[in-house]
Formats: sequence, C-alpha cells, structure tokens
Amino acid sequence: MKLTGAQIVWEVLKREGVEVVFGYPGGANLPIYDAMLDYPVHHVLVRHEQGAAHMADAYARVSGKVGVAMATSGPGATNLTTGIATAMMDSSPTVFITGQVVSRFIGFDAFQETDVTGITLPITKHNYLVTRVEDVGPALREAFYIARSGRPGPVLVDIAKDAQQNSTEWQYDPAPLKLRGYRPQRHPLCRQVEQALELIAQARKPLILAGQGVLLSNAMRELQEFAERAQIPVAMTLLGIGGFPASHPLNLGMMGMHGEAWVNQSIQEADLLLAFGMRFDDRVTGNLKTYAPNARKIHIDIDPAEINKNVRVDVGIVGDLRETLQTMLEHLPRLDHSDWLEHIQEMKGESAVRDIQYLPPDGHLYAAHVIHDLWRFTGGDAIITTDVGQHQMWAAQYYRVDQPFQWITSGGLGTMGFGLPAAIGAKFARPDAEVWAIVGDGGFQMTAAELSTAAQEGIKVNVAVINNGYLGMVRQWQEFFYERRYAATPMRSPDFVKLAEAHGLTGLRVERREDVQAALETARASDGTVVIDFRVEQEDSVYPMVPAGADLHNMIRRPVRTAIVETGEDEL
Amino acid sequence: MTMERKMAHTLVVLVEDKPGVLNRVASLFRRRAFNIESLTVGHTEQPGLSRMTIVVEGDDFAIERLTAYLYKLVNVVQVEDLTHTQSVVRDLALIKVQAPPESRTQIMQVVDVFRGRVVDVTNQSLIVELTGDVEKIDGFVEVLRPFGIIEMVRTGVVAMERGSTPLYVPLNGNGQAHPHPETISEN
Repeated sequence: MKLTGAQIVWEVLKREGVEVVFGYPGGANLPIYDAMLDYPVHHVLVRHEQGAAHMADAYARVSGKVGVAMATSGPGATNLTTGIATAMMDSSPTVFITGQVVSRFIGFDAFQETDVTGITLPITKHNYLVTRVEDVGPALREAFYIARSGRPGPVLVDIAKDAQQNSTEWQYDPAPLKLRGYRPQRHPLCRQVEQALELIAQARKPLILAGQGVLLSNAMRELQEFAERAQIPVAMTLLGIGGFPASHPLNLGMMGMHGEAWVNQSIQEADLLLAFGMRFDDRVTGNLKTYAPNARKIHIDIDPAEINKNVRVDVGIVGDLRETLQTMLEHLPRLDHSDWLEHIQEMKGESAVRDIQYLPPDGHLYAAHVIHDLWRFTGGDAIITTDVGQHQMWAAQYYRVDQPFQWITSGGLGTMGFGLPAAIGAKFARPDAEVWAIVGDGGFQMTAAELSTAAQEGIKVNVAVINNGYLGMVRQWQEFFYERRYAATPMRSPDFVKLAEAHGLTGLRVERREDVQAALETARASDGTVVIDFRVEQEDSVYPMVPAGADLHNMIRRPVRTAIVETGEDEL
Repeated sequence: MTMERKMAHTLVVLVEDKPGVLNRVASLFRRRAFNIESLTVGHTEQPGLSRMTIVVEGDDFAIERLTAYLYKLVNVVQVEDLTHTQSVVRDLALIKVQAPPESRTQIMQVVDVFRGRVVDVTNQSLIVELTGDVEKIDGFVEVLRPFGIIEMVRTGVVAMERGSTPLYVPLNGNGQAHPHPETISEN
C-alpha cells in the first residue's frame, strides 16, 4: 500500500494500540496533523508542549502503555525537553514525535530549526532523525519497542517535513524486532540467585528496599509473597509507593531524605538490604560512606549499569524483577524475623509522638492535615499526582497508597509543574478514576495553563493547591541552612478561585481545618474540574529531614513542643 | 579490596554504522566525565559495524562503569577492554621535520633504526611515516625533536587481540552479537 510518511506515523501508532496523543501542531508537523483526522485517535491539544510531555508520561505510568506526545520543530520540540528529561529520570515508557524542517534545509538554520536529536541525546533512551519516508515506519516501530522494553524510557523520533509528505510502499511487519546492540536481559543468572538466597538465609535483620521497578515489572504480587514468606519488612522509595500496600503490616513507609525516622534507622541497622528495582539515589542514601554500614547488599535491576553504580553490592542480579522474584520464590523458605520486626515497631512508637497528626490543634491549617483528610475522604482510592516540593513529601507521607499505579510524581528530575498535566494524563489513562493533583502554589503556576486543556476536554480532575505563599521547600532549606534569609522564596499568587472561574471551572478556598471536608465533598460531587486553594501554615516544614549529603541516621526531627532543631544523634 | 590505580585502558567498541553514533559515544564520555585520550573509528569485516578504539584513563572500577554505560547505548554492540590482554596496539604518526642537507643523513639513519618511512621530500624537510605502539612513537618523536619538528599528526591507537579468535561472533547467524559476559543467561 502506498502511504505518506504522515499516514505511516498513524498506522504504526494504531498497531501499537495508541488511543490518545497529547500534542501541539505547528509548521513542521502539519502533515502528521492533517493525516490524523483520518484515524480513530483522540488528540489532546495542550497549552504548552511541556504539558503534553507530562501528560504522556503520566498516562504511561498509570496505564502501563506507551504514552505519546508530539510537537513541531524548534520551540515546540524544545518545550518538550523538560518533560522528556522527567520521563528519562523516572524510566517512563514514552514516545515523542517531533516535526523537523524539510530535510534539505537541515543544518542551514532554517526557520524553527533546532537540532532536536542533538538536544535530546542525553535525555532520551534513544532517538532518531528521520529524513526519508522509507525510514518513518521502522524508526517508529523501534521507538515503541525500545521505549517499553528493558528499563523503559523516552524515545524521540524527529521526522523531517518532506519525509512526512512523501509517499512510499509500506506494510506493517509484525515480526519481533531484532536490534544488534539492544537485547535487554530478562532472565536472572542461576548462580547469582543462589548466592542471594544464601545471604537471605544468613540474615537476621533483612530489609527490602522496593523501588519503581516493582511497578514497571508488575511484580507487586511476587513482592508481597516474598516479603510475607520470608517475613522481611519493606521500605519504599518515593517512586516505589504503590508497589506494596501502605496498609500492609510489613510496609514500613518511605525511606530517604524525608523518609520516616524508623525506616532510615532500620536501613542503618539492617544486616541485609534487598534492593528491588531501585537505584540508590542520593536522596535515598544520604552520605554513602556511612550508608547501611552493617548490611550486605543484594541488588536486582533490569539495567546492568545500575549495579554497583552508587552502592557496591555483594550480589548484583540483572533481570526483570518479576521474573527474578518468581525464580527466587521457587526456593525461598518460610523465615522468621520477629525480633527484628518488634525492634522496628518500638522505633516506630517513639516516632509517633512527633507526628503532626497527633499534635494538639492550634487553629492553623497544616498541609499534612489537608492531605490526611483527602486520603480519608477519598478512601485512599484516588490517583494522586503531585508537583515537587513540600506538598509532594507530605503527600508521600500522608496519602497512604494501597494500590499500584495510583501515585504519580516526578522523582528523579524533581520537575515543578508536573502535577496538573500529570493529572490530566492520568485521567485519560483511567477515565473512571478519581484523580487529584496535589500541587504547591509555585509549581501550579508553572503549568496552570493546562486548566484550559482540562476545560476544553471537559474532563474532571481535582486540584488541591497547598498554598503557603512561599516556594516552600526552598524556604525550608533557607530556614535550616541559610539562617532564614528568604531570598526569592516569598511568592505572590493570583486568586486561584478566580483563575479557576476564568476557565469556566469551579474554585474554592479553605482556610480552616473544619472547612476541609465540605470543600473536598463539593469538589468530589462536582462534574467538572475543581481547584481548591488551601491556605496552609506558611512556615511549616517537612520532617524528618536528612540534610543533603548527611548520614541517613542524622535526621532533623519535628520539634515536639518548642521549635528546637534536633538531630538524630542525641536521641538514637 | 585491592588497590586500584589509574591507568590508560584500551577499549574496543563495536557500534552500528549509523549517523550520529560517534556523537552518542563522545557525548557519553563527556556527560559521565571520562577523558578520552584517543579515539579512532573505522570499518570492520562485518557489514554495518564500525569499530572504535578508545584510550581512556581510569581505574578498573571506572572502566567497568564506562563499559556498562556504553552498553546502555542502543547502537553499541560490543565493548572489550584489551588492556590486560595480549594485543597488538598500533599508532601511526606523520612527522614533518626540518631536514637541511647537513642533518638529512642523520635523520634518515634515525628513521631507519625505527623502521619508519620517508614519504615526502623537499630541500629543507622530510615527512616521515612511522607505525608502532605508543612508546615507540613517543621515543621517535623525542629523537627527532632536536632536528626541529615542523608539524606532526598521530592517528591514535587501533588495537586487536592476538590469536585466532574473532572479537565479534554473531550467534546462530541471526545477527545477534556475542552478549555482554555479565548478562549471559544460563536458563
């Protein structure tokens, strides 16, 4: 069949099962947009290409399918880059399709020309510059294959306008792709699995560190079976949340910079760490020299380059986490670690007194209370997307997620402005789900224009703005480490209620805790997108906190009564 | 842990012969903060495969990291560190040296000792071609320096393991390369 390059784009997308595409048209991708009208795909017109990238990213994380975003050449493509880098850091299976100027103009600084494959080289898993119509189909097929296999990630295909316009004989070839230099290793090595099982048998204080790999490989059931049978507690990374139920008695909670004190302390005391699909990020380990000093380490990851990267391990297993756990479960005996688990429970009890949930009411509205209430009233069932900063950490601490693919946040790159577009992407992945974007007043304003996208699409997402009038996390660092010199962190925002109303949406404002429930109920009952402006305590901080680069056990703890900053040293 | 020291490693990297591959490899070195001492690229006996020889300084751990990062590149087919193997390593130099009649004979003798070749002659200069390992060429350059080197270029090394085993072995003739030793599956 003779097809144009633009038609081939949609033919491949159709074969890949793509139902929704997020994007923005322009001069260099007009042929693709023109051909789109003949295909049964839903296109979401965003207000800024960064939004399209985040939507595709969140769509992928919620649905498990490849998310697709498109943009035109030059500024369209460069606007995507923050979203591409976000997807790269968080291993999100995404395909980005950009228009490029006509091939004979490439390299001549043509109008809206940018070296997009050059710019995105370090922030994509792989990318393609396609200048001939014959290469459109193969490049796109490879892009989908690479994006979703192995360690998933973003793949960009930059297609010259003439390659979109020209025609060629093309037929879809369903044969599996064979790439010479790309063969992800799914099956673990027997010998290493045996070594791992030996270490587990010897351990008295083992601890599982569960990362996003649990979700990406669909290993939730295997992880639970593993933890229960071996009676090993599970600590979560920020992106691992949802891979193991928060309500499970073996789930300790989040680790790292803003992890719970007992979790970090358990890591420091453990004699064996089982790192499942996580990458020992610096926000998780703190000072590497003093990290888990007593622990032997087993690391399972699909990406060989992660083994021994940040932390040297005793056993490194390259493989798909689910397949690896299945192999291990064939040999894993029932074990008992009740002494260790009791010890962790004691540490947990000591920390509870500091939890803001148990502090007496003082008339202020705290973000933690808002998020706790949101969790309660939604039954913990909502899909939560966040921006980056204090509200993100509070959401991770207080919105207790039991189900996978329900917690969508920008972890590795820490991208402000992620929350709202991610909520929209998540809603397209699961139209039946209740979706809440928990955002800060700073991050929200970075991509608030996407309210217009939500309005045009007529979809319902809810936005909880945790509005403290500051770039809160930066302010917190200034409070702790820069003598409260608040350089460029106080932020004046527009009236978010009116902003919502200007988009034809509902806006609400909450200033007291007793009004939280009513606002949440109004939002949940409404058919359209609702923005709630929660005016929270301005100078509250996220506790505990391990200062960047500090030892994991040296946490700044929430003051019990008076505002004294204590370190972990004098209380452990 | 044994003491690790920095030394020059010679890596052979087989890559798909596609546009932009050199950029991907070079970009990786830059981004991960490795210093390339020399890099050469050329065709191989395998259609569609190019062979890079990269000399890079680092301890064994750094080279292990670098190898893992290289394998992350979709176009990289195989990486081998030839540093600790029996290998033939060759660099080629073209050296334009001042050679007036009074010192010409002496230079020719030096070239002869090093088994170089004179490939261009003028009244006042010679171009000498020399092939050999890095140390040999370094030595040659030192000997020529007093005569006055006008211009010099070195290609950077290419390397090949001794013996009859090929570096690249397609498996089952299906175009798959010999996999990374660390990721060979046993089941």
